[in-house]
Order: sequence, then structure tokens, then C-alpha cells
Amino acid sequence: MAERSHGPGQSEGRGSTAGHTTSYPRAETAAHLRQLLETEGDAIHAHTSVSNRRRHEVFDETDDLDALRSEARAIKEDAIDRLPDLIETVRKAVEANGGTVYVAADAADANAYVADVVNNRAATSTAAESASGRPSVVKSKSMTTEELDLNDALESEGIEVTETDLGEWVLQVADDTPSHIVGPAMHLTREEIAELFTEQFDPDEEFETAEELTRFARDHLGERIREADVGITGANFVVAESGTITLVTNEGNARKCAVTPDTHVAIAGVEKLIPSIRDLEPFVDLIAKSATGQEISQYVTMLSPPTESPTLTFDEPDEPIGANTDAETNGSTDREFHLVLLDNGRTEMRADDQLRETLYCIRCGACSNSCANFQAVGGHGFGGETYSGGIATGWEAGVHGQDSAAEFNDLCTGCTRCVDACPVKIDIPWINTVVRDRVNRDAEPEAYDFLVDGLTPDEESGGLDLGKRFFGNIDTVAKLGSATAPVSNWLGETAPVRSLLERTLGIDQRRALPSFERQSLVDWFDARGGEQESKRRAAAGRRAAHDESTDALDREVVLYPDVYTNYVDTDRGKAAVRTLEALGVPVSVPNLPESGRAPLSQGMVATADTQASTVYAALAEDLDAGRDVVVIEPSDLAAFQREYERFLPERSFERLRDNSYEICEFIFGLLENGADPAVLSTAGGGGERIGNGDSGQPIAYHSHCQQRTLDLEAPTVAVLERCGYAPRTSTVECCGMAGSFGYKREYYEVSMDVGERLASEIEQASTELVVASGTSCGDQLETLLGRTVPHPVEVLAPDRP
Amino acid sequence: MSTDTDAVGQLEHALDELEVSLERVSAAEASDRLAALLTEPAIGVELPFEGVSLPAPVTTEPTAATLADAQIGITPATFAIAEYGTVAIESRAAGDEPISVYPEHHIAIVAASDVVPDLAGGFGRLADRFAAGGDSIVFATGRSATADMGDLVHGVHGPGEVTVIVLEDR
Repeated sequence: MAERSHGPGQSEGRGSTAGHTTSYPRAETAAHLRQLLETEGDAIHAHTSVSNRRRHEVFDETDDLDALRSEARAIKEDAIDRLPDLIETVRKAVEANGGTVYVAADAADANAYVADVVNNRAATSTAAESASGRPSVVKSKSMTTEELDLNDALESEGIEVTETDLGEWVLQVADDTPSHIVGPAMHLTREEIAELFTEQFDPDEEFETAEELTRFARDHLGERIREADVGITGANFVVAESGTITLVTNEGNARKCAVTPDTHVAIAGVEKLIPSIRDLEPFVDLIAKSATGQEISQYVTMLSPPTESPTLTFDEPDEPIGANTDAETNGSTDREFHLVLLDNGRTEMRADDQLRETLYCIRCGACSNSCANFQAVGGHGFGGETYSGGIATGWEAGVHGQDSAAEFNDLCTGCTRCVDACPVKIDIPWINTVVRDRVNRDAEPEAYDFLVDGLTPDEESGGLDLGKRFFGNIDTVAKLGSATAPVSNWLGETAPVRSLLERTLGIDQRRALPSFERQSLVDWFDARGGEQESKRRAAAGRRAAHDESTDALDREVVLYPDVYTNYVDTDRGKAAVRTLEALGVPVSVPNLPESGRAPLSQGMVATADTQASTVYAALAEDLDAGRDVVVIEPSDLAAFQREYERFLPERSFERLRDNSYEICEFIFGLLENGADPAVLSTAGGGGERIGNGDSGQPIAYHSHCQQRTLDLEAPTVAVLERCGYAPRTSTVECCGMAGSFGYKREYYEVSMDVGERLASEIEQASTELVVASGTSCGDQLETLLGRTVPHPVEVLAPDRP
Repeated sequence: MSTDTDAVGQLEHALDELEVSLERVSAAEASDRLAALLTEPAIGVELPFEGVSLPAPVTTEPTAATLADAQIGITPATFAIAEYGTVAIESRAAGDEPISVYPEHHIAIVAASDVVPDLAGGFGRLADRFAAGGDSIVFATGRSATADMGDLVHGVHGPGEVTVIVLEDR
């Protein structure tokens, strides 16, 4: 099998000094990702989407899931906080057990120590000679040893290394690298593995089934394990108090590697330390659920080595096992144990307020599995030198440096689906945003900066990628586009302009541009008579929609005019206004600043911070007056309810969070409090029949990724049901458009690949109506399905001007 | 119905999902039942349950060669966790760890009174064992498995068949 190229910047081999993403031509990145979509995408999608579905199922079945996740998080926070103490605690515990602890500063240090252990042991070993006569090591799966490039280091010392996890062994045979932190060879199909093994091992009959391959591997690797001088494992957790190495596996190879050779070396990042055995419980409960959707893994091995387990000397086959066991101490005199704790940048990560959270990661891969982009390209695209998936940005920036993170960081669209998946509640999108910001700031100014300089009131220093700057300031762009519509729309569709946009800003020519409305939503609302007119209409609506005595319905709404609703998709804004008025609620639509979502998605944190303050200042009086803020675009609501916590004083953040609502969530609240859905456009017309789900008119509904993370898919579904529809919801985590992502030249094809999976799911629902909550989702689906995909509120809004 | 019986029922259900059979026997019947399950060569660890001994063909002092060839490995489980179908195997001088992981078929024997309902109960027992010096334990749940060769296959490095025997009166 040909060696695969893994990343346009990695052709010079590991540790190359390749620059940040923008220094690669966009076309090169696009070509690399296209190749992965074609060669590895289907296998990766098959595995990750199944693991993700199973995780959803087992999470749903776990009653105390949220408490469990909070508990695990708290244990990690505490452990990282007192890490230096825990290192001393574990050193004492392991030494008291008869083992050795070595804290390695970096990869070279760790590798040299391990090589010494192996060479010393081989010189005195009673193990069977390996076929080559060289010192030999068997390993169980460990991403930390991948981080060290341990195998290469040991082999350069003349040591024979055999991976015993089947996936890792396949990669070793193929000279390939992991594409996923849990299932490292998931990008290879059974057919590819069978072909590889047939070619490599020349069996009597060609390999075909997984059963045959597994049987062969078991026999082949079993022999290597029996001969080995040293067994090397990683550790999922290390219990400081007792010096206990915890290994979570399904195959059983880690058990064999740990107790078959007389010498066991466990290699773990320092962040794997937890205080006591009782602290292990929530992690044992969560790790398999998060990783594969299993309730628990086959083997949770908790060893406090050197163990008393008898030594196994296979070159003396007729001696009883444990012949070297000392009856006096009831333990083996011949066992040796080394715990290598790796720093390699972790102490600096611990001191970094933004990267520290990465150290809570238990490496379950749930962030990869729940990521639509990862499902499409896998870890060879969405990954750095060692780690892959959403959290890899934190790991790579911490252990290999920012350049490695910059190679793939833009594949995180901030959709936040991993936030619900992470068993220790790491805000993975935020880590991606922060690292993107740091990468932006380190970049050199570009030649075409003048093109966007005039547009942008942002807070960013020079050097930012032009496309990022353009999308980060989309409110200014949209305002200009609207003011000059329809000329801006005509111009935007001409070939020379599209070509220019692609060359300079990286906007893919194949993607339709948004079409700006000449009259913004805010202008429409003013022209219609503003708040006075809305109050009049609401009063009329109120008489029709509910009993005036219900205080719960006595609300006033500020409708947030997000950029797209205000300038591009004004229809959904008008529909929201009409719906609220029909339900008796008066509305105002003030001219409010952009939420900061756009700059955040480009890693422009300082600009987003300023936007948050400006938005809050503009809304403070309404909030004080007890008005509710209603938002149509879920990504803007998510900014208010998630990221603003980092930008605003706590009280301001909570005030806005507690008084802001997604439009259908707000409508649901009104209906729950007695408003009559019959005043809306219900299925079947006229509102005479109100269904309860199954019996209603079929409608396909794709909620928005960030809306799902806010747990706000359900209210829209409920409102549709109350209005006589039978919604069928999508399971695809994200539409792939994700704001600016799908416009970018280098990501257009990934975006379309993700979108096509969603579109085919929607098509399978075979419904006349398709609705989506997000602008991007709607645009993507309209492109792929070739039909109109409105916001749910446009379907629900009463038909009047 | 006692709590223990409920837990055994739950254990049986969980094991059923894992395609692991559970047998309930009295201490007096256990030896005969084990004898009936044997495929030789069989290796095992002396059982700590009063009135239960290993059938004659089972060797408790295997050589490296018998360990490699054994079809069946019999070990006690210190406790079992009903909700997940987990048995706790100690890694100790008697050789429970290699004897439970090397042979193709692992038979774990557990007293009904040692079946705890859930993981919290299991960690309670685990913490007790750690405090008493038994600080190397494996939670084994179902059969060794992998999907790394393209499809799910059981019996990779560990046993492809597991039987749990519950001593109802112990």
C-alpha cells in the first residue's frame, strides 16, 4: 500500500516547520481534503456516525448523565489544579509498591529513558529470544506514545517494536498513521486490510473475512507478546494515591502486555493523574459511553504494579508459571515497573488560562464522532501531527506548537455539537476559537489588506486572512450590499467579480452568494408604523388569541434583527413579527449591532468582545423594562447564551441569557400559557384541526447545530405538532454550511459532502414541506434540494400583511 | 425475593445482552456443573468458596505451555456488577489474570452475595479491596472484541467465550 500523505504541510515529515494555514494555497488544501473525501471519507463516516448514534442512545438512557459529567469535570479541575502534589503522591505510591516513576520533560527525554529500560532488561531477560535476537517490546494502544514517536525512537536504537492493538498493528504494517484517537485504522476498509495482509504475509489462502484477519493477528501477535522483553502500555487514568494504572480496552491486549513480560512500562501524560480510586468511578462510567456508546468497555484493568501476578516464561514451557514468585512476599521478585509521566508542554498548558481545559480531556473521541466535518474527512484531514478531532487543536497547540494546530483548526466551524458529547464538558469550540485568534495574530499582513480595510471596524491587528476579515465583518458587508441592492446582487453574480472574490477572499465561485434586500427588516418595520402599529395589531391579536386575564401572556418583545434576517432573509423576520402580533405580543425591531458571532467564527475574539458590550448596552434598557429578547438566527442566540459569558460581567450575561429566546421557543411558551394556536397558519388550513404529532401533516425539520446544543430543537418540534404538523427531524449533526465555512474555496467540497448527507436524509423523509431554523442550513438545503426551505416561523405565520 | 436474587436477575439480563451465559448453581452442585462444562486442557485457580472445589482435570499450577494451550480458564470473581454484567478478577499471585485472559473460554465463579447492583456498589467493593491490599483488579465485561479488521469479531487477545456461574447459596 502506498504511503498516504497526511496534510499538505506534512510532506516534509513530522516536526516540519510548515507555516499557518493561510500560507498554503487554498487550492492545495482543497485538493488534499478532496482526496480524503474520496479515499477515506466513506469508511470514516461509517464508523464515526455509528459510534455517535450509539453515544446518543446510551447518553439518553443514562439518568444521571449530566451530574456524572459535572462530577468528572470537577475531579479533573481539582486534579490539574494540584498536579505537582499528585506527581509527588504517585511517586511515593509507585515506589512503595516497588516500581519507579520518571517524569520526562519532553519526547526525547521520555524516549531515551524507555530505550534504556528496554536495553537493560533485554541484557538480563529470561524471556524467549525474539526471532531477530534483538531486544523486543510489545505495546498496547497509546496516543501518548504516538505523540512521542516512540516506535521510531526505539527502532533507531535497534529495538523491535510490535503494536498489539489490532488497529495500531494494521497501521504499523501499512506504515500509516492514526486517523482517529480511538479507532486509529478506521479509515481502512476490511477489503483494504485483507489486501494489505495478503501482500505482506503471503498466506496459503488470501485473507478475506474480518474473522480470518483477526485470527491471524491473534496468533501472530500472541507469539510476539510471549517473546517480548518489555510490555509498554499507556494509561487512561493513573490513581495517584495507590499508583494504579487504569487501562480501558476491548481486545485484551493491554492486559497481556502488562503482565506477560516481566517488565511493564506505562507511559502517560501528567494530566492522567487523579487523586484516589473512588475518583475513578465517574470516568469508568463515562469513557466507553462517550467513545463507542458501550455501557462499559470489555476490560477496565486497574493494576498497581509491579503486580503479584506470576511471571510467565514461555521459553521454559514445562516450568510452572510463577516459578520466580517469592512465597515469602507472595509476589514476584522478578517484576519491574516504570511509570513514565510525560510533560512535553503540559505544564505550560496548565498555566495557560485558555488551553488548561484541554488537560481535562480523557481522549474518548466523542468530539470527533459528533463532528460533521470530521465524519467527512477523518483525522488525516481534521488533525495535526498526532491528535485529531475538535480537541486536537488544544493538544496540538500545547504539545507540538501552534503551527500544527493551524493546519486543521479551520475545519472546526464552531457548530458546538461536541459540547454535548464531551464527557468532561470541555468547551472545545472555544479552544478552537482562541487558537484561531492566536494564529491570526501571528500571521503576516497580506498584500490585499486594502480591499477589506475600508470595510472593517474590527479590533484586529494586521495579518488576518482576508477572507476571515471579510466574513468577520459581514454586518458591514451586508449593510453595503443592501444599500446598493439590486446592483450589488447583479454585480456579485458576474464572472469577473466571482473570480476576484475567489482569488482575494477565497469565496468559492461555485457557491451562490446571498442576495441582499433593498429594504432591511428594520426599515420595513419602521415604514409599517413601528412600535405603535405593532401595539395596535397585537391588541387585536390578543383579543382573538387568548383570554386577556392571563398575565403570563402580557409580554413585549424586542426582535433581534440579526444580519441575515435584516438584510438577506427579511421574510422570516416579517413572519416572526406577524406571528408574535397574532398571538397578542407587541414587537419592536430596533437597529441593533451584530452579535459577535461572525467575528467569533473567524477567531476574531477582541472584535467579538467589543460587539458583546455594544449589544448589551443597546439592550440594557429593554431588559430593565422587562422586555423579552427574541432571536431568529440560532447562532446569534448561542452567542448571547454561551460565549457572552466570557465577555460580559456575570450579572449582565445572566440577565441577557435569562431573557433571550429562540423564536419558536418563545411561541411555544405563549401556547403553553394559553395562547390559541388556531390564529396561526396551521396544517390543513384555518386551524380547525390541531394535531399531536403522528397524525399531522408531514414536515421535515432540520434544527440548527447550535440550537440543538442549547436544547432548543424540542420547542420547535412541539410548536409544529401543536399546529397540526408531524415533524420528522434530521439526525445529521450539522448542515456543513456553518456560516462562512461553505463559502470558502478550500472547504467548499467538504461542506457539500456534509450537506449531501443531510439532504439525502431529508429526501428520505419524502415530505412536501422542509423547514430549517438556521440561515446557513436553509441556504445549503435549498442548493442541494433545489426547493424552497423556509424557517419554521414562515410556515406558522398567519397570512396577512 | 431477596435483593441478591434481584441483582442476579439483573446480572443475567446484562450478560444475556453480551451473549454470555449465566448459570445458577448451589455450592454442592458447582463441581459437577464445572466438570460438565470442561474442555481440556483446563486450568484454574483454587476457589475460595466453602464446599466448592475444582474438578480433577483442572490444573491449578499450569506451566507456560499449558497456559498457552488451555481451552478453559476457571477463576473466582471477587464480585460482580449486575447493571453492566461485569466480573471483578484479581491480578494476584495465584495467577487469576493470565488464567482468565489466555484460554479461549473463561469461566468466572461468583457468590450470589457478591453480586452488587451497580457501578457505585462495585466501586464500594473495589475501594474495600484496595484498602485491604488487593490493589490490582480487572473489571471484565463480556467477551474480548474488536472491530479493527472491518467487522465486529469476538475472541481477539482475550476469551471469545465467557460463562458466569453464580453460587446461589454463597
